[in-house]
Parts: sequence; C-alpha cells; structure tokens
Amino acid sequence: MGVKLLLDKAHVEGIRYYDVYRREGGYRSVEKALKMSPADIVEEVKKSGLRGRGGAGFPAGMKWSFIAKPEGVPRHLVCNADESEPGTFKDRYLMEFLPHLLIEGLIVASFALGSNATYIYIRGEYAWIPDILEQAINEAKANGWLGKNIQGSGFDCEIYVQRGAGAYICGEETALIESLEGKRGNPRIKPPFPAVKGVWDRPTVVNNVETLAAVVPVINMGGEAYSKIGVGKSTGTKLISACGNINKPGVYEIDMTISVEEFVYSDEYCGGIPNGKRLKACIPGGSSVPILPANLLFKTAKGEQRMMNYESLSDGGFATGSMMGSGGFIVLDEDQCVVKHTLTLARFYRHESCGQCSPCREGTGWMEKILKNIETGKGKMTDIDLLWDIQRKIEGNTICPLGDAAAWPVAAAIRHFRDEFEWHVNNPELCLTQNFGLAHYADAREVVA
Amino acid sequence: MAEEQKLFKVTIDNITVEVEPGTTILNAARKIGGDVAPPAMCYYSKLKGSGGKCRTCLVEVAAGSTADPRPMPKLVASCRTTVMDGMIVKNITSERVIDARAGVVEFLLLNHPLDCPICDQAGECHLQDLSYEHGKAGTRYEFSRRTFEKHDLGPYIQLHMTRCILCYRCVFTADQLTNKRVHGVLDRGDHAEIATYIEKALDNDFIGNVIDVCPVGALTDKTFRFKNRVWFTKPVDAHCGCDKCSGQVTLWMRGDEVFRVTARKDEWGEVEEWICNTCRFERKKVSDWTIEGPTEVSRHSVISQGHYVGITKPAETIDKVMGRKPQLLMDIHTVSGVNDPNVDLSEIEGPAHSDDFKKQ
Ligand SMILES: Cc1cc2nc3c(=O)[nH]c(=O)nc-3n(C[C@H](O)[C@H](O)[C@H](O)COP(=O)(O)O)c2cc1C
Ligand code: SF4
Ligand code: SF4
Ligand code: FES
Repeated sequence: MGVKLLLDKAHVEGIRYYDVYRREGGYRSVEKALKMSPADIVEEVKKSGLRGRGGAGFPAGMKWSFIAKPEGVPRHLVCNADESEPGTFKDRYLMEFLPHLLIEGLIVASFALGSNATYIYIRGEYAWIPDILEQAINEAKANGWLGKNIQGSGFDCEIYVQRGAGAYICGEETALIESLEGKRGNPRIKPPFPAVKGVWDRPTVVNNVETLAAVVPVINMGGEAYSKIGVGKSTGTKLISACGNINKPGVYEIDMTISVEEFVYSDEYCGGIPNGKRLKACIPGGSSVPILPANLLFKTAKGEQRMMNYESLSDGGFATGSMMGSGGFIVLDEDQCVVKHTLTLARFYRHESCGQCSPCREGTGWMEKILKNIETGKGKMTDIDLLWDIQRKIEGNTICPLGDAAAWPVAAAIRHFRDEFEWHVNNPELCLTQNFGLAHYADAREVVA
Repeated sequence: MAEEQKLFKVTIDNITVEVEPGTTILNAARKIGGDVAPPAMCYYSKLKGSGGKCRTCLVEVAAGSTADPRPMPKLVASCRTTVMDGMIVKNITSERVIDARAGVVEFLLLNHPLDCPICDQAGECHLQDLSYEHGKAGTRYEFSRRTFEKHDLGPYIQLHMTRCILCYRCVFTADQLTNKRVHGVLDRGDHAEIATYIEKALDNDFIGNVIDVCPVGALTDKTFRFKNRVWFTKPVDAHCGCDKCSGQVTLWMRGDEVFRVTARKDEWGEVEEWICNTCRFERKKVSDWTIEGPTEVSRHSVISQGHYVGITKPAETIDKVMGRKPQLLMDIHTVSGVNDPNVDLSEIEGPAHSDDFKKQ
C-alpha cells in the first residue's frame, strides 16, 4: 500500500460531517497555520514541492509568492472546481466525500494569501455538490473556523460557492475569473496575470481543488517531510481518476513512485483489462494530453520503465511521451478505435471553444469535420496530412491553452496511430463494421482469459 | 517639470525605432509603417480592451530585451504585447510568422461566404486586403459554410452574421460609446454570433459607429445598402455644426449626390472621431455640409481608382527589410505606358487620361 495523505480517511463513516472530521484530526492544520506567519506558510508550501494538480503542474508555493500586495487592495483565493476535462473526476470525489478537507485547505491558503473572501467556482453539472460544500462551510463557521476573527487570530475569512453554467472553458483560470465576475467566460489575454489583476482586477490566486486539499498534509507534516514522499519534482501524493477498459475504474491516490504498469495491472489500482482483452492505448492525464500506444506507455523510448509521475510521464516530450495533466487516466483496449476516439475528443473541443480567437474557433470545427469523414469511410489520404497541418497551425497561436489542448490529441493520434487512419481511408466499407485492432503497439503481455 | 522619460529602442524587421515605454509592438511597427506593420483585424487603438483575438498580428520576438535577450518561445500578438528596451522583433522577415499568418487567414476565410460581389463592404474590407496580401489562392475546406438565423437590428444597421470574424470591436464600441449596450456575442465557439438577446433595434445615438469599426461587411449601413460600390463614389471631407458630435465626416459622393456618410479614417482604417447617427444617417444633402475637399486615400486602395486627387503614398519598407523590391506578378510598365511610375498622379486634376502619360 502506498502512502495516503488525502483519502486516508475517506472511508470513515460520516467523515463528510464536521464532528467526525474533527474527531479524526481535522482542522489541525488551521490551528497550526494560524500560529505561523503567512510568509512562513508560503515557505512551507514552497519547501513541500507541491505542484498544481489542475493540469499544468506549476509549483503552488511559487505561485503564492508571486501574488502582488499593493497597499489597501484586497486579495482573493479562488478554488478551481470546474473539473470538466473528459476523464477527470478526482475533484468531485474529494468534494463529495471529504468536503471539510477542501474547506480546511482553503482556510490555510486564504490565511497565507490574505484572502478574506475566498471563492469556490464549481462546474454547473456537479449540481448536488454545492449543497455539500455549503453545509461544510456552515459547520466550519458554526465552529469558529470561518467568519470573523477565526479562532481568536484576528483573521476574517468567508468562503463562497459559485456555480458555473456548464462550460469547460470556465476552468481556464482567467475565463473562470470572468465568469465569477458575472461576465461571459472568455479567457483574458495575458499579461496581466491573475497574481496581479485577477477577480475585479485584484491580485488573485487560482488553484485546483486537489492542490488546496494537499495544503492540509503539507502544513500538518511540514513541507520538508511532504517533499520526501514521491520522487524528484513529483512530491507528495496524486489523485488519479481511472476509467475506460479497466476492471476497477475509480479514484486512486498514488504516491508517484509506482510504475504505470503496476497502476494498470495491480489489483490495488485498475486491476487490469476486463474480458481478457489486451491494452491498446492510454491517455494518462485527461483528454488534453497526448495518447500513448501501449508500447510507449509502459516503457519510455529509452527503454526505461515509465512511472506514474510528472517527469516520467512526459519523458520523451511529445514525440514519445505524454503528460501527467489533470490525472484523468483513460484506458483503451484492443476493441477501441483510435480514429473514433479522436473524433469524440475533437467534437468536445469544437463544442467547448469560446470562439474568441480564430485558430481555435475555426480550426476545431474543421478538424472535427475531417475526422468525421475519415471515421465514416469518406476520408482521403491527404486528409491526414491536412489534419496534421491544421493542428500545427492552432498550437501555440491561440489566446489560451484550449487551442493546444484541442491540437495535441489529434497530433498524438496521427503520430502514433497513422496506420489506423490510413486503414480507414483504404477500407472505407470495412471500417464501418470492424475495428483496426492492435497492430505493433499492443502490450505483448500474455492474455489471461 | 516632469523628468524626461527614457525611450525604448525596438528593432522590427531590422529597422530600429524609439518608442515610449508601454507602447505595443504593433504601434511601434506602425510608426515605421509599410509592410513592417502587422495586419490587425481586431485591435482598434480607440477601443479599450480590443485586440488579441484575431491572431493576424502575430510576430516573433527574437530577443525579449537588452536585459533579458532570450527569445519568446511562442509567437505573440503584437497588438497586446508591449515593447521592452532592446527588443528584437521579426514580422515579415520571419518564416514562422508568414506561415502562422497564412494559417490565420485560412481560418478566417474558412466559413466566410466570399460574397464580395454583393457585399457593400467590398473595396474597403480589411479581410479582402488581408487575404490578398497574406492568403493563398483557393481553400482546403470542403464542407458547407456555417449559416445563422437572421437577426434584425433595426432601421439603420444591417447584420450579415456569416461575414463576421468575431473581432468584438462592435461590442467594445457599444460598451464604450453608448450608455446601454443591447448587442453582444451569444453562444460560443464556431457557433458564436453577434446578436441582441431578444430581438431589439440598435438605435443609440452613437451606435452607427459599429459600422465603421467593423472590419468586414458584417455590419453595414442600411441607408446605403446596395446603392453603389464604394469605388464609384468619391470621398470628400466635410463638416457641419452638429450639437451631438464633432460633425467631422467623410461624404461618399457621386456627382452632387451624397450616398453615404462615414467618420473620417486614418491610414490604419481607424475612425478619427466618432460621429452621431444624425450625421451618419440623416444628413444626406450637400446643403447639410460644408465641404472641405477630397479625402486623402491610400494609393493602394481600390477607392483611389478613377480619382487621383489627395492620394497618399504609404511608406515602402519591403526594400529596406527584405533587400529586394516587392514581388510583382508582372511589371505592367513593360507593356503599357499607363500608370507610368514617373508620372506623379497627384499632379493631375481629375481622372488621368492616357494623354497625361504621353506628355512625358
Ligand atoms: C481549457 C482549460 C480548462 C481547464 N480546466 C480546469 C479545471 O477544470 N480545473 C482546474 O483545476 N484547472 C483547470 N485548468 C487549469 C487552470 O487554468 C489553472 O491552471 C489551474 O486551475 C491552476 O491550479 P493549480 O496550479 O492548482 O493546478 C484548465 C485550463 C484550461 C486551459
Ligand atoms: S484558444 Fe479557444 S478557448 Fe481559448 S481563447 Fe481562443 S477560442 Fe477561446
Ligand atoms: S460584427 Fe463586425 S465588428 Fe462586430 S464582431 Fe463581427 S466582424 Fe467584428
Ligand atoms: S490585431 Fe492583434 S490579435 Fe487581432
């Protein structure tokens, strides 16, 4: 069993409620933090090496230290609970089952950043979770952990829950801020960054749910001790939401020292591929990150074992690697069609583009249409190169990373599965009834029926 | 006295200019002029918050500043990136920029109906200019173009949503010029559209300016609709004693008839001073105006055809930057004496005649 820092108490009966949570040691980190100076808390988080869990993996302590502190201007902490990336559902688990863990982390972070009004921006589709969070907030308030003069420290803090209205783009931090301000959720053009001008032009830190929850163990055990868990710059534990063709889909907490192979096949985690099928491909970090064929998933191009951490998953760059991303682990078995799968993602990004910048607005729709043609046997060989060229012209040329996120899955699918695209073009009728199958990139593992 | 501010030196396509700190790359490049100035389809210097969206103005920053000479990894939107002292920028001298820009032009034209023959904007359309200068002949797009439900914006302004490039200029204009914006962008992605949420007329006194800021023919003047082609009309500067606006306008005339009234525009196609709806839509008689004289027109503009008075020559920079003359499809002067470059057209009164060239 690996170390568990976030989900260790997830199965305690009634942990969703304050009394049980407190009895199990909850809110200790707030007690400890209120006795420290805000700068010292930031220092602890820096020492911990905790990286943002929202996708980009930016060091949280560093982000906190960048926040501008102009005299007399309020600062804000915003918790990004928009979790809309296909394949990612870890924040939901945390909020649904351990709401007080998030609230606790938010109080510590609010104190460290000097945020008297902190916001949780939650995706609209999580319709039932705001109630859970609000109940936890009310309980915390009734017990003196929120409101005026928290635990006699002189620090005031309120947490507000704001529901989104069902747009993936509102997870991008500046679109989130616009939406929070009651405007259309268009990403802002940066600079200025939120650390200087965020909500209502005030200095703002936006962090993912899991990042903020992880602040609790960081403070409880100290940054130094936290940084010893894991490996290299992948410190602490990471929540992975695993789905697709695996025996045990769900949310797992890993300590980033296990291998991808162990994660897929061990009974403690995904429990292998069902129905005696073989593994074909995997998207290890949510829909935006490059898909990897099985042969590159378990071993890097250098032949080393690939591990479940930031560095190893991105080993080889985009040519032969992928990314940790938001921890949405999607597994495809031999029956899955990569073209169809890529089409599904392309449709998603076309639908979710905010439409502000031309490469993303126009390019995503174009890619979807071409993929649809290829998938339905109407594609041409030149379409594959055209797709490649379109994604290349989107990537890096847009306002926000959604453009890149739309380009990468297409690029990776063509890079690693070009033969499958070509097979669709060459077999326009067969491809309607049959799948391409495994080819050379299959996992060579013996099939146990 | 305020201390004199130190100017920043920035080099764009090998030409160095000095600009005030806080200047954007685009504005620094406009100071140089000519082809060094990146095309801008969404930025509008008079509209706060504009720019960053169309991505036609992308440039390469080869060196960030003297202090930190590292290049920027991605191309940046020159309209929203401020210069640093010692910055080195590549626009038309960068292969990456040319490639990305061709991509952006293709994207902008992807769903564009290309109905220029029936579009009132033709001849003064920035998308036409852009495609002509940076686009490719033909498209690789094989699908039907998107369409929208029609929205009626009232008696003054005609909306053709299919032509819109979602530059947001009209939204900023309504936000910043009128006291209540009733139109905006609805929906998202490639189905985003300009409209009023509930069918409403745009009738604020200054809303007519959205026609002038629209780079394409998405918003046009209903009172001018299908009446004439802009290149058959003759622009003259005129003014009137208006109590709502400056009354400084351009009249688009044919003979003694005023076909259209617009604001005056500078060499980047931007409105110099906003005008009111009364001047724009109601004052269509010559007697309403005091005529000042012909409007200066860029020699490159199709509007200059047929009338050579008041023509300005834009800065020519290709030579300096690329070390060669602009590429010509064909040198017309080898076969025809017409438009002989040695004849100064601005010296000729009225339309030029072949005799004017023979005089030489
Ligand atoms: C299109 C798009 C969607 C995003 N969605 C989310 C999201 O749902 N949740 C999240 O935490 N971060 C999301 N992000 C990343 C945020 O912009 C931001 O980097 C993150 O909230 C920072 O938190 P962290 O530093 O704790 O990871 C998204 C980014 C993009 C470009
Ligand atoms: S990249 Fe896409 S989602 Fe992001 S700002 Fe541009 S159009 Fe909007
Ligand atoms: S209608 Fe014109 S000004 Fe308005 S967004 Fe579209 S192109 Fe821009
Ligand atoms: S003019 Fe700069 S992005 Fe449109």
